[in-house]
Amino acid sequence: MSAAALQLEGLVRRFGEREALSDVSLSLPAGRTLVVFGPNGAGKSTLLRVLATLLRPHAGAVSVLGMRLPEQSWAVRGRVGVLAHEPLLYRELSARENLRFHARLHAVGEERVAQLLDELGLHARADEPLRTLSRGTVQRVAIARAVLHEPELLLLDEPYANLDPAAVELVAPLIGRGAGADGAGPDGAAADGTGAGAAGAGAARSRTRVICSHDPSGGLAEADLVLGLRGGRPALLRDAAEIDAAEVAELYR
Amino acid sequence: MSELQQLAAGEPADASGAGAGMDTSADTGARAQTGFWSAVGALLRKELLVELRTLESVPGMSLFALSTFAVFHFALQRSSVEGDLAAGILWVTLLFAAILGVNRLFVADADQGGFDAFLLAPVDRSALFVAKALALLAYLAVLELIAVPAFALLLLGAPLGPALGGLAGTLALGDVGVAAIGTLIAAIAVRTRSRDLLGPLLALPLFVPIVIAGSRAVAPLLVQAHRGAGGGPPTRWLLTLGLYDLLFGLIAYAVFDFLLED
Repeated sequence: MSAAALQLEGLVRRFGEREALSDVSLSLPAGRTLVVFGPNGAGKSTLLRVLATLLRPHAGAVSVLGMRLPEQSWAVRGRVGVLAHEPLLYRELSARENLRFHARLHAVGEERVAQLLDELGLHARADEPLRTLSRGTVQRVAIARAVLHEPELLLLDEPYANLDPAAVELVAPLIGRGAGADGAGPDGAAADGTGAGAAGAGAARSRTRVICSHDPSGGLAEADLVLGLRGGRPALLRDAAEIDAAEVAELYR
Repeated sequence: MSELQQLAAGEPADASGAGAGMDTSADTGARAQTGFWSAVGALLRKELLVELRTLESVPGMSLFALSTFAVFHFALQRSSVEGDLAAGILWVTLLFAAILGVNRLFVADADQGGFDAFLLAPVDRSALFVAKALALLAYLAVLELIAVPAFALLLLGAPLGPALGGLAGTLALGDVGVAAIGTLIAAIAVRTRSRDLLGPLLALPLFVPIVIAGSRAVAPLLVQAHRGAGGGPPTRWLLTLGLYDLLFGLIAYAVFDFLLED
């Protein structure tokens, strides 16, 4: 079997007196997808920020790609791609300028920028300031930024927000099920929509993903493992194949 | 129990599996850090591009300095100023104008997620300090290119010709300190809710030694501009400026990483 890409044991993260994450424990093998559900304020984004090394855990043991956090955060940086609520891009710069800037920070070649602009259908508006682009187009640029350096772990906060169906088709090979560090497209495991097939050989070379979602059926189709959070505490943690959308919807009631 | 259930419960599925993943010894799998100066170059280029597009810092700083000189020109009701008074007006005006740039230095990064994006890159965090300080230094240089001729015209009432070399050198020395302190303070202030207030409150006391040493160094030059004699800037005040630059450059470089920590 593959090694654990994520290993959390009793993770706690506080903001002042409030515990945004309490006693979160799970393990996710490399190449699999964890989908995190939960109402607003449940701790989903906080979990992503801890895994991205942007927030320190206050208690518990956290290992990302085999590195302990926060002690080895430096070794995780550059191996994680983050798509947050905010695009993490400069509005006054164009898509090309933003991606070039991030490419240089990650020591990635110029050709990768051109490749992503092409794959995401951004060439026509690549030189216009982001502030003039639609939210969906900016989301595509943000996705390009997140995968620019071909990270081993993708942390995606509602990745399909603001995207129309055509755009979803464009980004799926980069962040969808089966998207791999080699840029491979979605594998056959996605076809049945259950996620169960992902345990097959095709998923072994895929990226590990953590996705925050509010869409029970769409999220379950992406998931191998499901974590439901409520008030920062795990309310659900099971294989995706054993869960149906109604059970996920219960988290929001 | 499936492999995922085993792992979800926190159990390693086999000895070589999760255990191997947790191995933190020699082969960490960490990617090589991006070169320091390559990162500084990328950050500085981005900084200057954003400023060119938004014109949020340099025009405001320059307009502030020009209008302050105009106000002094009318308020003092003198045809010209020289020596200590002229040097004081010049330095105080430049430092207040610099505060405007300091306050804006990290705003785009804080508001648009640039901090997070930078922290996710395999880059020495000090690269951000160096790039921001160099950007602020560039803004100050442009400010002085505009403000100093206006100062000569509106207040000094004499050509700067013979004093220009010494003045440029002294201002450059002071600017290094302003850039180092300003970048440090800007990084502290931008993460607070009252950043517009906190920036000047923290920066101004630290700028005082620069005003003192800079004014003492420049005063003889501004006498020289008027009388054609008066000598160059006193060495001890230049040394004071240099030591202050070095001290705050080192302090800022040493503590900047911690300012970016959660």
